[in-house]
This record gives sequence, structure tokens and C-alpha cells, in this order.
Amino acid sequence: MAKDLVNTLADLKEQEVIKIVKDRLSSGEDPLKILGDARKGMEIVGQRFASSEYFIPDLVYSGEILRAVTEMVRPKLSKAGEIKRVGKVVFGTVAGDIHDIGKDIVVFMLDVNGFEVHDLGVDVPAQKFVEKIQETGAPIVGLSGFLTLAFDSMKQTVGAIKAAGLRDKVKVMIGGGQITEEVRKYAGADAYGKDAMDGVTLAKKWAGVK
Amino acid sequence: MEKKWEDMMPEEKQETRFQKWLSPEGVKFVSPEAERLYKERATRIKDAIQMKKKPDRVPVLLIPSFAPAFYSGLTPRDVMYDYEKANQTWKKFYVDIQPDAHFGCVAPGPGKFFDILDYKLYKWPGHGVAPESTYQAIEGEYMKADEYDALIQDPTYFFTTAYLPRVFGALEPFKQLPNLTTYVEMYGTGITFFPYGLPPVQAAFKKLLEAGDEALKWMGYFGAFMKEMTELGFPAGQGGYTKAPFDIIADTLRGTKGIMMDMYRQPDKLIKAMDAMLPFWIQKGVIEANMNSNPLIFIPLHKGADGFMSDEQYKKFYWPYLKKIMLGLADEGVIPFIWAEGGYNSRLEVIRDLPKGKTAWLFDIVDIAKAKKALDGIACVCGTMPTDLLTVGTPQQSRDHAKKCIDVAGKGGGYIMSNGAFFDEVKWENLKMIVETVKEYGVYKK
Repeated sequence: MAKDLVNTLADLKEQEVIKIVKDRLSSGEDPLKILGDARKGMEIVGQRFASSEYFIPDLVYSGEILRAVTEMVRPKLSKAGEIKRVGKVVFGTVAGDIHDIGKDIVVFMLDVNGFEVHDLGVDVPAQKFVEKIQETGAPIVGLSGFLTLAFDSMKQTVGAIKAAGLRDKVKVMIGGGQITEEVRKYAGADAYGKDAMDGVTLAKKWAGVK
Repeated sequence: MEKKWEDMMPEEKQETRFQKWLSPEGVKFVSPEAERLYKERATRIKDAIQMKKKPDRVPVLLIPSFAPAFYSGLTPRDVMYDYEKANQTWKKFYVDIQPDAHFGCVAPGPGKFFDILDYKLYKWPGHGVAPESTYQAIEGEYMKADEYDALIQDPTYFFTTAYLPRVFGALEPFKQLPNLTTYVEMYGTGITFFPYGLPPVQAAFKKLLEAGDEALKWMGYFGAFMKEMTELGFPAGQGGYTKAPFDIIADTLRGTKGIMMDMYRQPDKLIKAMDAMLPFWIQKGVIEANMNSNPLIFIPLHKGADGFMSDEQYKKFYWPYLKKIMLGLADEGVIPFIWAEGGYNSRLEVIRDLPKGKTAWLFDIVDIAKAKKALDGIACVCGTMPTDLLTVGTPQQSRDHAKKCIDVAGKGGGYIMSNGAFFDEVKWENLKMIVETVKEYGVYKK
């Protein structure tokens, strides 16, 4: 009997996951169904992370497993195989700060949870955020930063969004090692997330996803 | 007759190191007042760490990143490249705010060194990031997943011919260098040494000599700074630094993502590699403590913080090897002064497993009451100055916070007030308020 892909991935059994996917692909199964199961597995990973059963290494490792699965499945996908996106998010590490580990984890978890994420990278000037919001019409903005200098960049970025007349059209979340409620108030953001799943929860709430 | 070093117990070694630090040789203090202050400050820190008696008051330390540059209205770029400016601004910062120790002027320079060798591991002010920003590491796999055996077998050769050529563009030709640990006799000499004649290798050495000149020039300024601060009555709060084995491999060899994969895919090799690092990094701490006649060796902690791994993973991959470094230093009478950057609330029970009065723990984000309870009678607890408080709080909030810390963690001694995360530009009035409050409110009754 074929092992259950959802739970095998959720349990982070890399080799077994690869074998299951290989078997299912060679038996001619719909690749979209395989991807769907993999995403269900990732949902369980997210839940385990939120309940402190899993930690960052487990989250990062699950990402690597999912990447391997996606690479195996992709050549068999038809063009219509794109999954439905639940909302758009513009994301980046603010000006003067090049830290990307935290940002990359949140971007990845948002993507896995169905968001269309426009990742602007690191050391992103305030104006770039404004331009991307205008271009995509994304209603959610995520600002990441690790340094104390980033607090001011976050404040400036929120200021630039306001100056462009977009403040009422977007919700802004901030995050990073030293971010607290006090920093959120200072930056003028709508909320802060203490970890990647917090970011996903906020985005889902703002996008009206249940 | 004086007891020989090798016959001393760790406690005696520690006391001998502290005494040397308390009474530095050949120093001409600027005034009797400066000499008195130096001794008071050093004694205060010693008493808080050893926990044999209560200090006269809670010591207060400030460990800045580029804060002194901002304090003087300069950019990080300015002080990375102008060593005299760095010295002046760092001195002004400490003399104005008057904490109980200074932490050298190590953070900024030598800027030109990195230009000469084309350092790839960091972006620094004016070189990849704005002059007003601080230097920041670029994570990557500077050691590949399949290179553990090479690292374990011969760390020095691996660093010389693989790691350094990857992080310094100018040293790329070093990957052709021979392993001199196999050279013992006349036979075969030419085959061993010919790489030193290759033009690219020789060019790399020329760059290295040029960079060495710059490092030596910087050391002149650095030495002058250390000397002047001592003469002004500030003990150095740091004799050097070393690192936790997991962070050595995670921070700049494998990268955060790389090591997280290794925890799953090749845990045994990761553990062997951490073991292989131990002698080098214990020795580094001891050598620097000797060189600077200062028992306090900092160990900044990174990837074992709250959330970065599970309790089980911490106990398997992080703590055993950090503990070996700490005990290796403590056996030589050196104080491992842990700097737990990030959150550490979930690790407090595990880290209790240490000998009494031989270590100090500086926390960044922690419930200070819980930290004190966990480490009471085991290790000096240091902290906290939350970054958000320093940057967006008020002086009154800063004062309240300092008082609360002293109330809960200061009880009975064994406590130092200090920042637990590097900071750059903050509200100086908040910083000053914390220092003032500790001096006034942190006095122990006789």
C-alpha cells in the first residue's frame, strides 16, 4: 500500500516522500493531486510550527522537501496547473538592512499558503515598495528588518506609502528579531508578527481567508 | 615561593587572572581618582561574576556596535576608515556616559584591510550598503555540504585553501597551496614548494602583506585606545572572544539553511566537525586572555536562540559543544562571558548545568526574573536593555525598567546591568538614564 504523502511530508521523512512521489508519478497520477497533497502536508508543518512542536530547522527542511517534490512534478504539469492565489503581498527587507533569513522564511510560508508574494529582496528603498504596491495593487505589505537602523527605515517606508496616498488601501505588517509592539507603534504599521506563522495568520485575516 | 601555573587549580588560576586585571602593570593613571575608579569598577565586576560577596553596587556595562559614531554625529563609514576618529568617538562615548568598563574600539576598523583583500563575506558602509549603515554578513555556503570530511581531517588546511579563498577575493589563489604538514625531508622538496612560485599565488601573498601592513597600523591605534582608556580609569570589559561550535559552522561556513539541512541529512558529521573545532576555539580564548591580561572572554551566541531549534535539537547539537568550550576556558581560569543574542527563555533550565562562579550570562530578550531564578548561585546574570526601549522608549520607562531589573535580578549580587544586543543609533537620554539609575538605585546596603 502506498504510504500517505500528506503525513510523510508532515513528518519530514525526505527519502520516503521522494519515493512516494516517484511511484505516484510513474503510475500516471494527476500531478496536481500530488502537489495538493504536498501542500496539505505543509499545512500540518505550519500548524506544528505554530504549536511549538516544530522550529525553524524543521520549517526550513520542509521547504527543501517541498522544493524537491515540486521539481519532480513540474515537468508533468500542464499550463492550466497553476494553483489559485488567495491574495497579493508585497514583501521586503527595508533600506539599510540586508538580512534575509527571516524574510525568506515568511515569504516561503506565505507562498505555501497560497499568497502571490512579490519579494523585493533586501535593502529596499521606500519608493520601491510604493511602486510595487501601485503596480500590483497588493493590499498587504510586509516589512522585515533586523537592525535597530531598520526601525527608522520602516517608519520612512510607511510614511512614503502614506505620502503616495496608499495608506488606506494597504495593511502593513512588520517583523524581525527585535520588533515589538512599541516598534510597531513607532513605525506606524498595522501589526507585527513574532514569527513566520504569525505573518501568515495576519495575511489570511487581512485577505479574508479562513 | 610562588606556585607554578600548571600546579594551580582552576579557582587559583581565575583569581590570579583577576588580580592581574585589577592591577595592570606599567599603567600611569591620569589621576589618583582615575586609579581609584579603575579598581572600584574592576572589583565590582569581579565580585558580581565570582559571587563570593556582594559588590558595592550593581555594575553597568555598555557594549555598543557603531553607537559611538552616531553619538558623535559620524557615520560607520567615517570610523571604519579613519582610525583616529574611531578612537576619539569611542572615548567620548565612554567618558560622557561613564559605564563601569569599556569594550575596546574593535568593531569599526580596519576598513582598508577589507578593500585590499576584496572581502566577500560582508557588505560594509560605502561598500554594498550606505555609509550610514553598519556592516552585515552575506550568508552562503562558504563550505559545501560534502566538505565535512575535509574540515574534520585538517581544519587548518581547509581554512587556508578552501574557506579563505572563498571569502577573500584576493586570496583565491591560496586554493593551490600545498599542505605543509606533509613536508619533513629534502626528498621531493621542489614538488611541495613550487606553488609558492606561481605568479597568481605570489600576487595573493603581496596583497596579504599589504593587508597585514594595514592591520598592523590599525593595531597601533587600537593599542593606544586600550592604554588611554585604562589610564582614564576604565577597565576593559573584554579580553577577547571565541564562539560556540554550532555557530562557527552555522554563521559563516555552512550558513543557517545549510546547517539546518545537515542536522537532518548528516548529523554525525556535523557533530564530528564541532568536536574538531573545540581545541582551536578554546585555545583562541585562552591566548587572548593571556595576551590582554584579562580573564573575560566573550562568546556571542546566535543560532541556538529561542525558536531557532527545538529543546531536543539544542541538547543534541548546541549545548554539549558550547559547554565544552566554556569548561575548557574555565579550567584555565578564564571566564566565558556568554552573550546570548535573541531570546533565551526556553534554554534557562538546560544551561544551569555549569560549575558555580565561573561563567557569566548576558541576555538580550529574556524574562530576567526567570533567568535569575534559574542561574541563582550558579552564574552571574547580566541584562537587559531591550532594543525597543532604547530606541523608541522614554527616559522614565528606561528608569522604571532599570529599577525593576535591579529589584528582581540584583538581589544578593551576581547581577550586572548591560545591553544584550548590539545597538547603533538610540535615544542617548535613555541610555544615560539607565546608567544613572543603576548608580543610584543599584547600591548594595552594607
